[in-house]
Amino acid sequence: MHLMHPIRISNLHKAFGPVDVLNGVDLTFHPSETTAIVGPNGAGKTSLIKCILGLTHADRGTIDVLGRSIRDGVAYRDHIGYMPQQAHFPENLTGRQMVRMVRLLRELDDIDHALVRTLHLDAEMDKPFRVLSGGTRQKISALLAFMVRPSILILDEPTAGLDPVSSAALKDHIAERRAEGASVVLTSHVLADLEELADRVVFLLDGRICFDGALDDLRQMTGERRLERAIATLLEGEAA
Amino acid sequence: MTLTTSALRIFRFQFQDALSSRWLLVHTLIYLLIAEGLLMSTGFTDKALVSLINVVLLLVPLVALLFGVIHQYNNRDYTIWMLTQPLERPGLFSGLYLGLTVPMVLSFSIGITLPFLWHGGLIAVQSLKLLTLLGLGSILTFSGAGVASSLAIRFSDRVRGIGLALVIWLVYALLFDGLILMGILIFGNWPVEKALIGVMLLNPIDLARLILLQTFDAAAMLGYTGAVFSRFFGSSTGMVIATTALLFWVATPVWVAGRLFQKQDF
Repeated sequence: MHLMHPIRISNLHKAFGPVDVLNGVDLTFHPSETTAIVGPNGAGKTSLIKCILGLTHADRGTIDVLGRSIRDGVAYRDHIGYMPQQAHFPENLTGRQMVRMVRLLRELDDIDHALVRTLHLDAEMDKPFRVLSGGTRQKISALLAFMVRPSILILDEPTAGLDPVSSAALKDHIAERRAEGASVVLTSHVLADLEELADRVVFLLDGRICFDGALDDLRQMTGERRLERAIATLLEGEAA
Repeated sequence: MTLTTSALRIFRFQFQDALSSRWLLVHTLIYLLIAEGLLMSTGFTDKALVSLINVVLLLVPLVALLFGVIHQYNNRDYTIWMLTQPLERPGLFSGLYLGLTVPMVLSFSIGITLPFLWHGGLIAVQSLKLLTLLGLGSILTFSGAGVASSLAIRFSDRVRGIGLALVIWLVYALLFDGLILMGILIFGNWPVEKALIGVMLLNPIDLARLILLQTFDAAAMLGYTGAVFSRFFGSSTGMVIATTALLFWVATPVWVAGRLFQKQDF
């Protein structure tokens, strides 16, 4: 596992037209840590993740992944597993073909198949995506993100659409990967998931970081036990 | 991994997806029925092939533009997911573009060729003409899909992208000749023919028609713009210029789409 910071973001700015969606974000993600990025709609969560993934080009600022600027090339994405909020894959391909594709594109000899069993995907891997349920597609999306054993996991609403058993299994797997040293970046509207998984909360509002600290610190600061209440209190404080 | 390797690997899976596509099967069947219908009604005559040309020149760009743009909007989330993989954007764009166009070209070619095969019509002279038709249909597909890619990348609003694709098709397939004719009527007393030649280079469908009808030695059936072109350049010079212009019509939209893909925020 790499000793340097998995992700270090400095003074990140991004605007779409007149709207500043990221306004001087400084953030460092650490190994063996699960960071929840929270905030209201339009706060800049998605833009931040898109900048890290190279989907969106930042106007100013730097992003280093494992000590190298993401502007130096795409090799940094070898270390990232990404699970989008909604999985869309070619309708006529199967899960097994997608696994083969990721292996080929990442030039991997060996991959982690643990999630296939854990998420009960054995019987679904040879069916085309067009016949799979949203939940099963989401499970395959999780498999594709985890199977490359990345040191950074970026998970956008990972449990959305999953049944309780699969959701629990996925959360166990996230915790396992974190314990093995991965840095997990998580967004979710299911705050119970964040409470269960996150060590640290980054609260974004209008493209700025309003809070960055341990979950317990947030609770202590707001005087609220539950994350939902704590975030609401934080939001009210910012609005005032 | 080199750009070519990644493009080919992406293409391989796109192609596998296309092989099971019901839409593509329907696409093949439509061309097959059209070709079969024309061959059955008129036999292996140049008239059948010229009729086929007219259908192909209208249908191929429409399908390439519309299917191209719709396919890319439908696969936008998948494209975004692919962009999170360790792939350079030019390689990814090339793989996705070829994965879109090659199955369309094959589908069109199979649909047109099969009736010729089972009616025993692939004798030497007809084969050359058929190959020219397939080649130009393929070029129009590559060109149309390039324009479709540019639209789908540039405009995140699906309705706008599809609407523009339709407008572009209407202009090039239907309105262009009308506008040229109107220009001739208005400026009839001026020596506008040389200017018209330049204007005609702006329409890949007319260029394809010109090449096809010259191949078929059917100048009498040329559209007005094609007739002017043919008269000025003669067959060989005109052919070289038209072919070069057509290739430019493939390269330019694809290059523009590639540049947009490289710079676009997804």
